[in-house]
Amino acid sequence: MSDVILKIKRQDGPNSRPYWEEFKVPVAPKANVISLLLEIQRNPVNLQGKPTTPVIWDCNCLEEVCGACSMVINGVARQACAALVDTLSKPIVLQPLSKFPLVRDLMVDRQKMFENLKKIKAWVPIDGTYYMGPGPKVAPSVQDERYLISCCMTCGCCMEACPYVNPKSNYMGPTCMAQVKLFNAHPTGAMYKDERLDAIAGDGGIADCGNAQNCERVCPKEIPLVSIIAELNRETAFRGFNRWLKGKPKGPGLAAPG
Amino acid sequence: MSQKYHYLARRLHSFTGIFPVGIFLCVHLCINSFIFKGPEAYDWAIGLLERSPLTPYIEVGLIGIPILYHALYGVWVTYISKTNIFQYKYFRNWMFYLQRFTAIVTFLFVFWHIYVLRIARIFTGTEMDFATIAAWLSDPTIYIIYIIGYLAAVFHFCNGIWSFLISWGITIGSEAQNFVMCVCTLIFIALGVVGIAGLTLLSKAVVLIR
Repeated sequence: MSDVILKIKRQDGPNSRPYWEEFKVPVAPKANVISLLLEIQRNPVNLQGKPTTPVIWDCNCLEEVCGACSMVINGVARQACAALVDTLSKPIVLQPLSKFPLVRDLMVDRQKMFENLKKIKAWVPIDGTYYMGPGPKVAPSVQDERYLISCCMTCGCCMEACPYVNPKSNYMGPTCMAQVKLFNAHPTGAMYKDERLDAIAGDGGIADCGNAQNCERVCPKEIPLVSIIAELNRETAFRGFNRWLKGKPKGPGLAAPG
Repeated sequence: MSQKYHYLARRLHSFTGIFPVGIFLCVHLCINSFIFKGPEAYDWAIGLLERSPLTPYIEVGLIGIPILYHALYGVWVTYISKTNIFQYKYFRNWMFYLQRFTAIVTFLFVFWHIYVLRIARIFTGTEMDFATIAAWLSDPTIYIIYIIGYLAAVFHFCNGIWSFLISWGITIGSEAQNFVMCVCTLIFIALGVVGIAGLTLLSKAVVLIR
């Protein structure tokens, strides 16, 4: 067992002032960052030997499928559970994600992403009062493409690395764009295709993307976000031209309610 | 910016960068390239635009207004971005930053350039020809400013082509995007070399004539 120095950016509450605290933590072989935080929780004493409050963080699955333990480790957003201590440069610097409201220490509120997913109707409409029969068949190639995107765990790494996700901009972020493609590529989900394209052609939508392409680089699930955004750029452009050239569709079902 | 027109405004910004601003840059450079054929050819080429009866309309409608829109909206777009090049040291992230950095340099350079060589002339009545430009560029400070401004503008244009093709969903896959990047790099190198050669020729011309 060797010791490792942890430098953690802490904050007692959403409106408190942030401060840095260092810890010296014994490391077991093949440990990850979570196990170091657990060690601090067991023995909350900082580098100066003074007792302190345990560091708060968020985690759940511990196998990089839930996205809860996302934090900025040595400057880059990633999951703490998948960050193996042996592979990290020392001292290890931990910071909370900066693009989300802070709760405490390394814990943030990622609710914003859920709100964005609601805006783009990130679901398949299958609600009904009766059995609607089996769903339509999906070609294996489409399944493969969709599977990759379905691995998204809304961890927020792409949001953290994106220069256009910040308080000055309303950009929904790359994760939403990927979900538009995921649900538009589903035969039943495609019923909302145009609504989703309109949603990302609105405020905070796809046009805010500045092609920095950090999102794809940091995505732990290796989702091809760059190509997805480029493809949706094409689809929103075509949709826009079509909507203008054809005019609004008319029909009894499309009359405005009330 | 109104929510309804956000997408349109942003895409119009992308579009005006190439049509007509980028196209005009190419036309401008083609005209300037006559410097390599000598002072008479240069004077004839820059006089071409001036002699056309459509020039005032082209200057305002096809160049002035689009460039103003692209520049002013671009400043806003640059302002709302939050750079993180030292945190995420990826090549494309640096290019993203350089695109915005050269945007500001080009913005300052182009408006100064338009003011001193086009607008101020309306008041002073100075004739725009080889002799005037050569004398103007023989000042080393102005020559250096021109080299910097020119390279910034050309970089912004070349990287802008790459970005434009993605923003309009033309190059989707990474292979296509990388291919375009190689082509844009070649265009940047070619325009850079030719432009510096032309500017250097102009700046030394006064000495050569004497």
